[in-house]
Amino acid sequence: MNTTILFLAAFFASAVEMVEALTIVLAVGVTRGWRSTMVGVGAATLALAAIIGSLGPALTLLPLNAFRLVVGGLLLVFGLQWLRKAILRASGFKALHDEDAIFARELAGARSAARDDRAGLDWYSFTLSFKGVFLEGLEVAFIVITFGGSRGGIPLASVAAASALVIVAVAGVLLRAPLSRVPENTLKFGVGVMLTSFGIFWGSEGAGAHWPGGEIAYLVILAFVLGVALLAVRWLQREHAHLAWTPAPVPGEAGGEA
Amino acid sequence: MKIVVAIGRFWWDFVVGDDWRVAAGVVGALGGVALLAHWQITAWWVAPVAVVLLLTLSLRRAIRAAQPR
Repeated sequence: MNTTILFLAAFFASAVEMVEALTIVLAVGVTRGWRSTMVGVGAATLALAAIIGSLGPALTLLPLNAFRLVVGGLLLVFGLQWLRKAILRASGFKALHDEDAIFARELAGARSAARDDRAGLDWYSFTLSFKGVFLEGLEVAFIVITFGGSRGGIPLASVAAASALVIVAVAGVLLRAPLSRVPENTLKFGVGVMLTSFGIFWGSEGAGAHWPGGEIAYLVILAFVLGVALLAVRWLQREHAHLAWTPAPVPGEAGGEA
Repeated sequence: MKIVVAIGRFWWDFVVGDDWRVAAGVVGALGGVALLAHWQITAWWVAPVAVVLLLTLSLRRAIRAAQPR
């Protein structure tokens, strides 16, 4: 059961970040050509794979409890960041991520930027697509690495993240438009709940606590965190209803931004 | 020097995010679990309680900061 949830968490985290990266890549590729853009995408993907391939096995050399304490702490911090932003967006305190608006802004930027050829590449297209994919993918890379807290976790999470990347890329190629209909905030909310739950489970085990019921406790934690998060959304929606106020649109977001 | 500062800032934003108190609270909570477990006291409840407290306080700060003055 934990394996399924681990797969889903890595898959959806990767999907949601790749939807955001796709918006940038599409805007640059459509306006300035695909060659330099795809070289940037490929370079960023290789860099992310190198981070997972080097850091993942290195971390697993730590004693299991120390490893689980570190990754549990990281997952808790990441999970609470994702959850906090998703709750603020779901309740109206933060504007929803608008892929169409970001696409239009990136399109205008790519059209107006001067051409600068370096190493046989359009440097603007290369750097923008590299940064877009690398920064959006960095958090996914860390999530994949931290899933090494479970036996066989890194390969499984890598497959999940790569599957999401391929599905989003194929959808982008077929549609040739940003995937603005993907319910990004709902996915982020779900990923936030799953990451926070894994963080509680592994972090506490790593610090020396013993869960009643063993692995089954994870499902109880998941239900608990989901309940707390849904209650928080209702609380903030009520608070928001008392205010006649609309948040400003979200500007483009970089890495680390859930 | 500027590059070192920029890299440091990037990793701080990446790991800690918008509210450093949440990250500090997570460290404190897991430290509390370790202490209780060391003293042979039941400790599994600490992290779930900490998550409720940290999330509530962080959301309260966020909505206060977001309200127009």
